[in-house]
Amino acid sequence: MSSTLDVPSRERSHDEAPGATGRAAPRGRKWWTARLTPYLFLAPWFAGLLFITAGPIAASAYLSFTDYSLIGAPEWIGLANFERMFDDPRFYQSLKVTFIYVAVSVPIQLAFALFLAMILDRGLRGLALYRSIYYLPSLIGGSVAIAILWRQIFGSDGLLNQVLRFVGFENPPGWVSDPDYALGTLIILNVWTFGAPMVIFLAGLRQIPTMYYEAASLDGAGKVRQFLQVTLPLLSPIIFFNLVLQTINAFQTFTQAFIVSGGTGGPADSTLFYTLYLYQRGFGNFDMGYASALAWFLLLIVGGLTAINFFASKYWVFYGD
Amino acid sequence: MATDLTVAPPVAATEKLPDRKKKQRPRWLAHIVLILGALLMLYPLLWMLSSSFKFTEDIFSQTGLIPERVTGQNYPDGWTALPRDFGHYIWNSLVIVVGSIIGNLLACSLAAYAFARLDFKFKKFWFAVMLGTMMLPIHVVIVPQYILFSELEWINTYWPLIVPKLLATDGFFIFLMVQFIRGIPTELDEAARIDGCGHFAIFWRIVIPLSVPALATTAIFTFIWTWNDFFSQLIFLTDPEMYTVPVALRTFVDATSQTPWGPVFAMSIVALAPVFGFFLAGQRYLVRGIATTGLK
Repeated sequence: MSSTLDVPSRERSHDEAPGATGRAAPRGRKWWTARLTPYLFLAPWFAGLLFITAGPIAASAYLSFTDYSLIGAPEWIGLANFERMFDDPRFYQSLKVTFIYVAVSVPIQLAFALFLAMILDRGLRGLALYRSIYYLPSLIGGSVAIAILWRQIFGSDGLLNQVLRFVGFENPPGWVSDPDYALGTLIILNVWTFGAPMVIFLAGLRQIPTMYYEAASLDGAGKVRQFLQVTLPLLSPIIFFNLVLQTINAFQTFTQAFIVSGGTGGPADSTLFYTLYLYQRGFGNFDMGYASALAWFLLLIVGGLTAINFFASKYWVFYGD
Repeated sequence: MATDLTVAPPVAATEKLPDRKKKQRPRWLAHIVLILGALLMLYPLLWMLSSSFKFTEDIFSQTGLIPERVTGQNYPDGWTALPRDFGHYIWNSLVIVVGSIIGNLLACSLAAYAFARLDFKFKKFWFAVMLGTMMLPIHVVIVPQYILFSELEWINTYWPLIVPKLLATDGFFIFLMVQFIRGIPTELDEAARIDGCGHFAIFWRIVIPLSVPALATTAIFTFIWTWNDFFSQLIFLTDPEMYTVPVALRTFVDATSQTPWGPVFAMSIVALAPVFGFFLAGQRYLVRGIATTGLK
């Protein structure tokens, strides 16, 4: 900068005297700085993409065709992992458990979220307090402490059975130790965390102009009609958003099942979530090749479900005009 | 497919509502439903808090919230029940949490500035890739990550848990900050540029000070998520010396068939307390954060 009066270097001429010579000057330092700046800002992110997210996806694609136990080099075995997967009863069991969990808990959770958001949206006093209380479980629902609590509450001598015996049930089931009910307790846990989608619904409900309701009510629409024909269509993008997010979240459930079943996925594999099975294969048996095949299949399922959600949304989500 | 993810309509949660729908059914009905619901939701938590002051044998016979016999012994018992005292595990968790917060604040805001303010080739494509990574389950990449980190001999160190944050892998926070930075008037940037500021100066002196709410949201969520995180800590920290709070808590219910419920509940309360604290302190940032990006 201080040498501007000295010999005018070619580099500078481009930026400081554009077109002065009428000739295309070589690209100067400033030009390069301007080009490079975005990549400097993005450098950590690109490194993360390479080493932590996208790179490992590619690496696990390769590993899924190998036999690898962290010792020695991965050995190429072609499609053997996938053949084994489709012969593996525990793989099917884990898929079944996860699908039941997602298909049952997500709709119930969203229904609760919408119901409470609509009650809260009436401009009640104490809205902020109610919202905080209902939201709180979402923050801690995935923690080990809560999973431990669940294990006690739904244990054979736990809180729930104490209450049930008190009101006269002689032999209540052992919930978490009963294959018929263990998954149900985890579904309840997920429903319990409806606060996060509720807050999103609440924000969405507030965007619906009051005049729509006034117009509908002038036309003689009752509350139910108003809900079906004003609220639902106008809220559909948000319902969709919550559906996609909660589905993806539910697919990743791990901690709750791990703690409640003591890491086994039991009783009788009834809480063997897909992620738990993947963990057992990869980090219990160090069967990295097979675990990678499972991981890739999970990616396909989550991607596929999200794609189906987006495709189906064309038929029910209303984006205005 | 990934580009479509932007359809999510971010909405502001903060506007006050003018008195709408004036004719209402009696409000006390709504209040009763809400209060009963809130009690039902909170009952397990309150019961755990109360049980942490009960004798273990009483926990299985008392369903009420008021302990008949009160004891404070569960806390010191739980604190010292594991090979190291619980403070050691809290320290391990704190190191990871603080590292993660610093990492996310720095790396995500840098990336967000580029996406919000700068022009570069294939920007839309990279942005879509970033949104795509938000949806990526960690389980899909955990195996290669584990192999990479064990090659680096980082297993049983803090690095596998902190370095990814320094590399802006939490797309949610980038997205949150991009949304926020877009709301800052560009006139400010231009004024600074006329005064001779480069992009780094604009970023550091204009955008960062104005983004404090988004940064606060990021810090609070990073705290809560990292503090609660179990899966990656379970995998990368197998040496009992390196255990964090969640991993240590888990050994309580794992090690013995007879779980000492009193001390376990006491330490669970200790584990949850910081989350409650941050929740109370940062509520408005949290609500705004969820409403903008759908964070959980």
